Amino acid sequence: MNAEEIEKVAHLARLGLGAAEREGYARELSRILDLVSQMNAAATEGVEPMTHPDAAGLRLRDDVVGPEIDRDRLLAGAPLTRDGLYLVPRVIE
Amino acid sequence: MTLTITKIAEDLAAGRCSSRELVDDALARIRAHASLNAFITVDEDAARRDAEAADRARHAGGAGALTGVPIAHKDIFCTMGVKTTCGSRMLADFVPPYDATVVRKMKAAGCVMVGKTNMDEFAMGSSNETSYFGPVRNPWDRDRVPGGSSGGSAAAVAARLVPAATGTDTGGSIRQPAALCGITGLKPSYGRVSRYGLIAFASSLDQAGPMAQTAEDCAHLLAAMAGFDEHDATALDVPVPDYVAGLGRDLKGLRIGVVAGHFAQGVEPLVAEAVREALREYERAGAVLVDVTLPNSAHAVPCYYVLAPAEASSNLARYDGVRYGFRAPEYQDLEDMYKKTRSQGFGPEVKRRIMMGTYALSAGYYDAYYVKALRLRRLIADDFARAFEHCDVIAGPVSPSTAFALGAKNTDPVSMYLNDIFTIPVNLAGLPAISLPAGFAGGLPVGLQLIGRYLDEARLLNVAHRFQQVTDWHTRVPAGF
Repeated sequence: MNAEEIEKVAHLARLGLGAAEREGYARELSRILDLVSQMNAAATEGVEPMTHPDAAGLRLRDDVVGPEIDRDRLLAGAPLTRDGLYLVPRVIE
Repeated sequence: MTLTITKIAEDLAAGRCSSRELVDDALARIRAHASLNAFITVDEDAARRDAEAADRARHAGGAGALTGVPIAHKDIFCTMGVKTTCGSRMLADFVPPYDATVVRKMKAAGCVMVGKTNMDEFAMGSSNETSYFGPVRNPWDRDRVPGGSSGGSAAAVAARLVPAATGTDTGGSIRQPAALCGITGLKPSYGRVSRYGLIAFASSLDQAGPMAQTAEDCAHLLAAMAGFDEHDATALDVPVPDYVAGLGRDLKGLRIGVVAGHFAQGVEPLVAEAVREALREYERAGAVLVDVTLPNSAHAVPCYYVLAPAEASSNLARYDGVRYGFRAPEYQDLEDMYKKTRSQGFGPEVKRRIMMGTYALSAGYYDAYYVKALRLRRLIADDFARAFEHCDVIAGPVSPSTAFALGAKNTDPVSMYLNDIFTIPVNLAGLPAISLPAGFAGGLPVGLQLIGRYLDEARLLNVAHRFQQVTDWHTRVPAGF
């Protein structure tokens, strides 16, 4: 991977990287992709993708309101709040 | 604190000691061995208060099997009112408003939490060196790693700071540190233990489990942890067997599957020899060895390093500096805040995996990487299903080497990843597996891995327990502890 591809991926992941970091990740991710490309030795045509252990299944529950966590307690962990709201930089000028 | 929880529970029941005494002892040992860096948070006052409450409950006749037993939780489990960092700067000051189900259930069983153990950042690592709070040291040799990511839990139990601790295992994070520290650790089947309140790394692979001195202790702990939970859509609604009652069965006729390749290239000869000797011990107990093959497991590490980072990149998108956790002190606008917060809040290994996962899921690469890995995952799982037609458990080494030196592998991510070659296939297939002490190589512990059929934890615990009835590796304590 080159520095340009790294920058594109970093932006998708909302990570700000310095020049040295970009270079390091380009080198390391290329090595990891070499490792990952060993998958190509396995023939997987026609195999059903497995997203999670089959027997586990996935359960749906009724769409009803359950127990709630107190609003003030949740807000207490936020970096910045005002009047019961999360505060972020202005997005509409 | 050299006693097992089985013995502690007996002593408590007989009135030979109090929970307060046990907790005081654990706290004193944690303080005396603080240089191991096994703990991130210890709340002494709360632990003493809970111990006294446990003692009162016992006197009032309301004691359960684990009432008053001191334990530690890996710092990945949310604990209401107690800082939960996940080994990251991102959550360095995070105080959860609720308990993880595992924490709640162990509290209900009477366990007294003495603290939260150190771990690789967001459970991403095999050496505990990626923790924002510094590496944990291996009690057998302080210049070596304890393994990871549940390295703090493993070191704490090995050094007898606490009799047991919880861990989580996404690619080997209970079993590998258990092996490298000479303790017993069980990764249950996917879905056996609730993941609610367990800070997510890779949701289709993560599973919580017990780490203790013995399989018998793990049986007691799993009994407290396991079971259905409406808060986890993948928690299984199936009966939980009586794990303790099942420990006594003999091993005559047990078929142990052995994969020839697990003793070949890359495995240290002394590790292979210790595991072979363990297999001979099983043969003496009446078990028979059966050759099995897991051909697609050769591709398990590459497969895992697509799927786990892909899931992680999605799970860790929630750390944006808005609702909880770290926010960068200075920024220009919203996007800049996201980027600076995430760059400063995450360490290098976490960023590496987020990058890898984002890449694997991005347009143009999704089929070549992500879908390819999902197909391979099924082949790996199918191999296990075929192997289990011919055997009851599969045995082999947990890790190709004993504990390596601090700093030896953290400059090369790929060599670190290959450390988990024997543990990763098990997570991909969702199976249970246990790591138990099987001897020493060059003075360092060697772990034996037993892999079971889906939901067959009872058999794994039984097979491990019987081994511990005729060997004493699990009773060895590192010098100075």
